Amino acid sequence: MATAEKAKQKSDVTLHYLRPGKKFPSVWCPGCGNGVVMGSLIRAIDNLGLSKDEVVLVSGIGCSSRLPVYLDFNSLHTTHGRALPFATGAKFAQPHMKVIVITGDGDALAIGGNHFIHACRRNIDITAILINNHIYGMTGGQGSPTTPGGTFSTTTPYGNVEKHFDPCSLAAAAGATFVARSTVYHEPQLQKLIGQAISHRGFSLVEAISNCHTYFGRLNRKGDAVAMFDAFKERAVPVGKASKMTEEELEDKIVTGVIHNVEKTEFCDEYQKVVDAHMGEK
Amino acid sequence: MPARERKLLQGNQACVHGAIYAGMRFFAGYPITPSTEVAEMSARLLPRIGGRFIQMEDEIGSIAAVVGASISGLKSMTATSGPGYSLMLENIGYAYMTETPCVIVNVQRGGPSTGLPTKVSQSDTMQARYGPHGDYCAIAVAPSTVADTVTETIRAFNLAERFRTPVTVLLDEVIAHSRELIYLPEEGELEIYNRVKPTASPEEFEAFALTPNGVSPMPSYGEGYRYNVTGLTHDTHGFTTNRVDEIPVKLEKLRHKIADYTDEIEKIRVEHMDDAEVAIIAYGSAARAALQATDIARKVGAKVGAVQLYSIWPFPDAKLKELCGRCKKVIVAELNMGQLITEIERIMPDKQITTLQRYDGEILTPLQVVKKIEEVL
Ligand SMILES: Cc1ncc(C[n+]2csc(CCOP(=O)(O)OP(=O)(O)O)c2C)c(N)n1
Ligand code: SF4
Repeated sequence: MATAEKAKQKSDVTLHYLRPGKKFPSVWCPGCGNGVVMGSLIRAIDNLGLSKDEVVLVSGIGCSSRLPVYLDFNSLHTTHGRALPFATGAKFAQPHMKVIVITGDGDALAIGGNHFIHACRRNIDITAILINNHIYGMTGGQGSPTTPGGTFSTTTPYGNVEKHFDPCSLAAAAGATFVARSTVYHEPQLQKLIGQAISHRGFSLVEAISNCHTYFGRLNRKGDAVAMFDAFKERAVPVGKASKMTEEELEDKIVTGVIHNVEKTEFCDEYQKVVDAHMGEK
Repeated sequence: MPARERKLLQGNQACVHGAIYAGMRFFAGYPITPSTEVAEMSARLLPRIGGRFIQMEDEIGSIAAVVGASISGLKSMTATSGPGYSLMLENIGYAYMTETPCVIVNVQRGGPSTGLPTKVSQSDTMQARYGPHGDYCAIAVAPSTVADTVTETIRAFNLAERFRTPVTVLLDEVIAHSRELIYLPEEGELEIYNRVKPTASPEEFEAFALTPNGVSPMPSYGEGYRYNVTGLTHDTHGFTTNRVDEIPVKLEKLRHKIADYTDEIEKIRVEHMDDAEVAIIAYGSAARAALQATDIARKVGAKVGAVQLYSIWPFPDAKLKELCGRCKKVIVAELNMGQLITEIERIMPDKQITTLQRYDGEILTPLQVVKKIEEVL
């Protein structure tokens, strides 16, 4: 197929999932990686052949958390940090629905950190896509739990003295059963991982390393969106290759691919067994 | 007629029976004295009827799960006490804004802060009205006996569904932990209200449409309507707005759908008020003392009447004013340092208002109320 034709087909798919009636352009800065993640999510869902009605997109507050509002699914844009417990209620009430959470590094790991580890622990069948841009975009560039040591934000004007979280290690340690990472540069991989995560039964996390060129880029002289995308390309190391590298060699690298994938019983399934065993008891 | 089911229950347990009767199929909560039995009973009973119980990691998560489950179509409830209610406030505000029916039981204990975990109080009266930030109309109901707790919890669910709004059940430690022999309502005996579902096609559906009574039909996720729910101020389609002509429309909808229908919400019990010169106003366990004291005082000929509020919010301004019309004096009895009284003073500036407060963690006794009546007379 000619490239132009392919591109048109791709954009038709995207348009099919954008919400009619929702006013565009989005709130996002031109070049923001949030748009790439939105595209990946659309194509992943399309590839899986899910019906729009069976998908619930839940988010908290942040630039990244605006994503569900643009898409033609059931959407629940909640409060800062609380997307996962809202999603837990929605999923547990209707376990046949595909519940996908869109969250930011601040949303998921600072204010929502407790909910994050407990959703992992329960292994509830929710897919969380954590768009990690290492900063608070929406509120204008403050430090987040993933802001690397030494880097600048409006609240670390002399360089960050704190340590940062690795969301993937945190999720795996807390009990998530599928954990993967990619970047907004590696769109085909990101799309594939999101698809795998949605198909996985249990709690799945896809960390999408993204650019906030407007704040993180500017405050840390990382250049514009394109320069930041290029840097993701340079820094990415597939998980297989990474396993043969030393910690020093991995410094500043982004390990991509499926990082953790195990089978465990899922929360809603287990609860259903309780219901089946006790239904009708007086 | 079949014999009605008789049960010896605590208020907290009665609350769960009422909730299930009203159709509760989802409970999320976090243990806190003196409300914990509500969660425990829900955990035990819900699976037996195909419902769902989840113990969340905290109260913020509990109310979030409740809202998520309600939007997914299940009648949902959480239960807590002061500190937990404080934690829930942001998401209760979310429920107001998104017009999500749900029930929050607040078994009041002494505060502020951790306060008196095992002692009675009514010091969350105002929190139930003004807790979450922003402008909205709150609904709070208040039982005073174990039997009431069944009916008021049912009423709370009905009001939540009728008005598409969170409703607080203001219990207190004494009612929650008292055991009383009660009859549970039979199937079909009490009316159960279910949220109105849309009849429009998904293409024509407007999620927060302005209807004559202000309540928009509410589909569940998965029913084909795919609408947007957000805590940001939104237009009638559920999309964020900053427009000066759309913002007031939303806020007025939240207000008028409740403020214009207070007749459906207000519930007051009146005893001996026909010729009363002194009125005692109270709710919850304080009302029990007030009612008993009124009976005692009447026996010695004192012209005293009692008004028990079963619904605190919206405050029954007009009805109370009318009821107390011929009284010169009003006693407000409450288990706090004066919360209900601010409302009474607001609506009856012309009356001689006396307060009877107790905030040492103990209940008001009928004798204390009788003494106050003597003082006032
Ligand atoms: C309770 C509460 N506290 C603070 C805020 C302000 N706030 C909005 S978004 C945000 C940070 C978002 O950062 P992140 O989750 O990393 O998302 P991004 O904007 O970078 O995509 C904060 C602190 C809020 N909305 N609610
Ligand atoms: S501020 Fe940053 S995260 Fe937010 S839209 Fe702009 S580039 Fe994206």
